[in-house]
Amino acid sequence: MDNLIAFFYTNKEAIFIIVLTIFLGFEVISNVPSVLHTPLMSGANAISGVIIIGGIILVGHADTSTLNINLVLGILAVIFGTLNVAGGFVVTDRMLEMFEKKRKK
Amino acid sequence: MDTAVSNLGVTTGEVILEFSYLLAAVFFVIGLKLLSHPQTARRGNMWAAAGMLLAMITTLIFHKSEAGGGIQMVNLIIILVAIATGTVLGSVIARRIQMTAMPQLVSIFNATGGAASALVALIEFSNPDNESTLVTLLGLVIGSIAFSGSMIAYGKLDGKVGDVFAGFMKYLNLFILLVVVLFIIYIMAGNTPMETQQVLVYVLLAVALVYGVTFVLPIGGADMPVVISLLNSFTGIAAAMAGFIYQNQAMILGGIFVGSAGTILTVLMCKAMNRSLLNVIIGSFGGGGAGVDREQGIVKEITASDAAVLLSYSSKVVIVPGYGLAVAQAQHVCNDMAKLLENEGVEVKFAIHPVAGRMPGHMNVLLAEAEVPYEKLVEMDDINPDMPNTDVVLVIGANDVVNPAALDDPSSPIYGMPIIKVHEAKNVVVMKRGMGKGYAAIENFLFFADNTRMFFGSAKDSLQKLVNEIKNL
Repeated sequence: MDNLIAFFYTNKEAIFIIVLTIFLGFEVISNVPSVLHTPLMSGANAISGVIIIGGIILVGHADTSTLNINLVLGILAVIFGTLNVAGGFVVTDRMLEMFEKKRKK
Repeated sequence: MDTAVSNLGVTTGEVILEFSYLLAAVFFVIGLKLLSHPQTARRGNMWAAAGMLLAMITTLIFHKSEAGGGIQMVNLIIILVAIATGTVLGSVIARRIQMTAMPQLVSIFNATGGAASALVALIEFSNPDNESTLVTLLGLVIGSIAFSGSMIAYGKLDGKVGDVFAGFMKYLNLFILLVVVLFIIYIMAGNTPMETQQVLVYVLLAVALVYGVTFVLPIGGADMPVVISLLNSFTGIAAAMAGFIYQNQAMILGGIFVGSAGTILTVLMCKAMNRSLLNVIIGSFGGGGAGVDREQGIVKEITASDAAVLLSYSSKVVIVPGYGLAVAQAQHVCNDMAKLLENEGVEVKFAIHPVAGRMPGHMNVLLAEAEVPYEKLVEMDDINPDMPNTDVVLVIGANDVVNPAALDDPSSPIYGMPIIKVHEAKNVVVMKRGMGKGYAAIENFLFFADNTRMFFGSAKDSLQKLVNEIKNL
């Protein structure tokens, strides 16, 4: 129990953000037309690639004097993360491009 | 640039970095908000992408380790090469992929995000400075489940992995989940030496990966969009866990935001199919022997020329596209036919079922690619009241979304799902490759109805034949 209380107190800011963000997410996605479900999922998927920041921090301060397992895994994490981000945003844009094209006509 | 800010004990760089994270978080929220409206969706995607780019660049320039050191040149080069590799690979695949394979691609990208989170957590576990063991382990488990689950979802969408319907899967999943929890508790207790813990973490990783597989395997292929959306929120949560380790607000907000928005989106998708999330996960969809006692009736075929006559001399035609249209890449020739009919004075509309194809909105994207005007696409609820006044409904490669069993057969696995009521139209022409069942593997009695004619063949060939016949009339 003491551990839990300590955990809450030391991380109170982060816990605040988490709780409020959960409500924010619920609010933002309301009344979405079903046409947009797929692009929205894809766009949200690209945002979940924010783990790339963690990858950058990790490799940024990694020991590069030798080729160690953590460095290799870290580089993989950066590549995977970027794939998620870049691929995600591009594919979402491609889906939405179609909507725009027809609107111009 | 990196001078100390008076009184605060931090440098300008650190302030800029935190401020850019705040901006990035705001951009994510604005982006997703704009993405949920058709007119602003594309801009929304740009906002979110800009937020991500900003956070990446400022992290590269300003991030400092606990000891206060910035990112070294060697590390910087390694990161830039890795980012370039991911960007080129990701955008080339995303640009080149066919519109039909888009759901699979989203699934793959989600898998890479999950894998990245799992890797970061795995490395951070062995970092002695990291004190948030529980959060790290959760990130590892959730990321791994998102990864292996998304890969299975990809396999199912691509037809590489079949559905596994077995009653014991439910208990197996509960058991594996229990093992995962026990592992986390055991590692958290911290009574084992560091070396043993390292081994245990790899075992935990393996078990979590297995859980992802067994979690998705028993869920029917037709439900994959819902599953991908759910796994997408998992990836978000895993990223937020990693953000917790670094006390990085952009990661925490971005991750949790996707987690909660993704969960709501998942629920909305389930609603579009009139089912609950629990029903999707536990109740295995499809394969049911429902309605076997019903009389099958006779299948009546129609030739291209008869169909052409029927269509050209109607006043109102509704086209119901499905995955068969997408697979055959027949959207362009379909539009050609619609234009020909309109030249003959026929009113042509496209009826879009919310879950037609492999993903919600799949048909809208395909038809938009073929430049079918937006006004011609009518949603299910708006077209259904009009069905009895429709002369001919042309069903192209759709099956479950027009199956009347959803309305009147409580024993059918799709009972309760809203459908396009094509059986109420005066005539129905169904284009299909053969008498095979739909994606959900359920018999469709529409095909045996008195007002239904079957037109067998690949959607593209059949439509081309129709176009030629209509021209010759």
